[in-house]
Amino acid sequence: MKRRDTLKALGFSGITFGLAVGPAEAGVPLPPDKKVPLKVPGGRQPFEAERDVKLHADKFFTPQELKTVTLLSDIIIPADSKSGSATQAGVPAFIEFMMKDVPANQTPMRGGLAWLDNTCRKLYGKPFADCTRAQQINMVDQIAYPQKAKKDMSQGVAFFNMMRNFVVCGFYTSKIGIEDLGYKGNTPNQWEGVPEPVLKKFGLSYT
Amino acid sequence: MNPFQIKEAPVVYDVAIVGSGAGGGMAAYMLAKAGAKVVLLEAGGYFDPADPKYITQLKWPYESPRRGANTTRPFGDFDAAWGGWQIDGEPYSAKTGTEFHWFRSRMLGGRTNHWGRISLRFGPDDFRRGSLTGVGDDWPITYEDVAPYYDRVDKLVGVFGSKEGIRNEPDGHFLPPPKPRLHELMIQKAAKGIGIPVIPSRLAILTKAINNERGQCFYCNQCGRGCQAYADFSASSVLCIPAIKTGNVTLINGAMCREVTTDPKTGLATGVSFVHTGTMQEHTVRAKTVMLGASACESARILLNSKSALHPNGLANSSGVVGKYLNDSTGASRGAFVPALMDRDRYNEDGVGGMHVFTPWWLDNKKLDFPRGYHIEYGGGMGMPGFGFGFGTENMNGKYPTANGTMKPAGGYGSGLKEDVRRFYGAYVHMAGRGEPVPLESNYCEIDPDKVDKYGIPTLRFNYKWSDYEVKQAKHMQDTFEEIFHAMGAIPMGNKPGPETNHGYGLEAPGKIIHEVGTVRMGKDPNKSALNAYQQAHDCKNLFVVDAAPFVSQGDKNVTLTILANSMRTSEFVIDQVKKKNI
Repeated sequence: MKRRDTLKALGFSGITFGLAVGPAEAGVPLPPDKKVPLKVPGGRQPFEAERDVKLHADKFFTPQELKTVTLLSDIIIPADSKSGSATQAGVPAFIEFMMKDVPANQTPMRGGLAWLDNTCRKLYGKPFADCTRAQQINMVDQIAYPQKAKKDMSQGVAFFNMMRNFVVCGFYTSKIGIEDLGYKGNTPNQWEGVPEPVLKKFGLSYT
Repeated sequence: MNPFQIKEAPVVYDVAIVGSGAGGGMAAYMLAKAGAKVVLLEAGGYFDPADPKYITQLKWPYESPRRGANTTRPFGDFDAAWGGWQIDGEPYSAKTGTEFHWFRSRMLGGRTNHWGRISLRFGPDDFRRGSLTGVGDDWPITYEDVAPYYDRVDKLVGVFGSKEGIRNEPDGHFLPPPKPRLHELMIQKAAKGIGIPVIPSRLAILTKAINNERGQCFYCNQCGRGCQAYADFSASSVLCIPAIKTGNVTLINGAMCREVTTDPKTGLATGVSFVHTGTMQEHTVRAKTVMLGASACESARILLNSKSALHPNGLANSSGVVGKYLNDSTGASRGAFVPALMDRDRYNEDGVGGMHVFTPWWLDNKKLDFPRGYHIEYGGGMGMPGFGFGFGTENMNGKYPTANGTMKPAGGYGSGLKEDVRRFYGAYVHMAGRGEPVPLESNYCEIDPDKVDKYGIPTLRFNYKWSDYEVKQAKHMQDTFEEIFHAMGAIPMGNKPGPETNHGYGLEAPGKIIHEVGTVRMGKDPNKSALNAYQQAHDCKNLFVVDAAPFVSQGDKNVTLTILANSMRTSEFVIDQVKKKNI
């Protein structure tokens, strides 16, 4: 049945609403968009795409800072028998982006890196990146365990917590991190309920 | 070109509809299908969940440079809602000591593109809380008036659920519900043991295909991103786009409504004036009937800004009630850790975009110290990691033994940390209460005397404070969450929210639950209400409001399904009145 016939059958065609106008002759013509926008990726609003391009073009970390961030990233998430490391997953670039995306991150990060270098100079006579591997691990061990750390290391603990958060998050939201985690979804499927062996293990059932 | 000229379109439409969300979208759908010539004004841009230009569904977190963080969208990069609680150039304010947070989605389909799809009918009691409790007011309509429309909306949009026969939770025409996930089975078993019901949820998601235009759910858990298969209900995919396809709808995007224009002699609505957001030019469209579906607060704002000699307090406002009785759902929540779920077997448990089970209100308020109920929504499971994943691992990994039974110090780094993250994945549950507030005349929005938005339109100023009723309800929620957590062997996270937490016991600020209603209330008495039982203005017979503004109260039910049913009912009333030449 054509739409017109359907409307006739419903008794609304032409009778109900008197002054009908066709959409082609009606309405307000929209002026042409004069701006030539950048290519907006699918799912982004133009202002978001512009903002992302600008943030990507900016630089936050100095080369020295980036070196330290990269070292810490692979100390926090090294390669193991199951998966790769934080740098293999692109974590330093993610952290760089988040500093620009949320400027409130900048002072704790930059200041934390400066605290780390200053503390390393006091302890080992060199900034963190120039220390030996053993010295770097010795330093990290003093700030990586919040409940065991000495009181005068509290700022370092706060910085390392921040770094751990960003590295773990950056890694486990990357392709290799998601594979490591074993997340099986984000794909079309038919949900049939919890697998039977799992139900059994928990003593649960659907009946 | 004179930038200040007012563009007068040369045609008179049958109906001008402001807003394309649940209310405006339904009105456009019903009227276009009936053959009316409709102009549909949407302040935001065009949106089609199936157009790759807009699709975020099935994207991975690493496809966002911020891994889906909420820097530019309040619910994250992949959420379908454009806009949020703050929009550049569209400010609002609040009176000192009060607050309200106003979420707006500027796009075709409005907030229905990302909503939770929770589709609960108001029950018989929800329409007459005033006479049942002595607090609040009754609606001018009953459940029996709306029930036939709920039936038709169920079939049009597709809602899954189960027949339960609970008196104030009326059953609908349900598609099959999805089976509960593991944590939901655990919650269900534990809650049942302490007398709290947990039943299949009721969501507007197609677990079975209902026609050839829309696909079946493929269980990606991402309804909040909009569905390219149209397998969930959005006003864009299910109402607006089909309405436009009839050829009877002229959609104007970027149309920021300023006011409803009226005839200086008759006082009747003659059309709508708006500013085009792209060009900043003024326009008017003329129409024989005007329907506002701009959202509760936006529709109130438009009416209050539509002042004329015959309507000095704004249109439909001789009662002075427009803007008053603003109310949002209450909300409080808590998370917990489930040790039994450590080191879980991995499988895909994405399911539908939302909970598979929920708890409807189950108690008698006569025996409690607050007059209205709430429902509980449940979360948890092995979801897709996004921004924030793994944060705070140092607060967890020192508390629970490793797989071989040994304890280790909190925090740390290295391959042991990776093992911790794997161990804790999917071992959390979350509970959120959503409750009915008591609508108060003292909670309102009004026109701010000093401010305009970037389009020159006077903005809203809010005055909103929770009463003791809502705080006591939130306290009850927190107690209930802990009871269920303990019954299932879960360990609540953080300290229990107390009287000082947030607005009391974790009660969220007004507006944060995004269920605001009530600002253009309907009623029998024109001195106390703006609209009659058909959402028709007492003062202006060719003006209707079809969003949640007419709601006298909101139940502890999410409001979208009732917006849809009421808008369908009003649209048929409009068709009938035009036939009878009454408008």
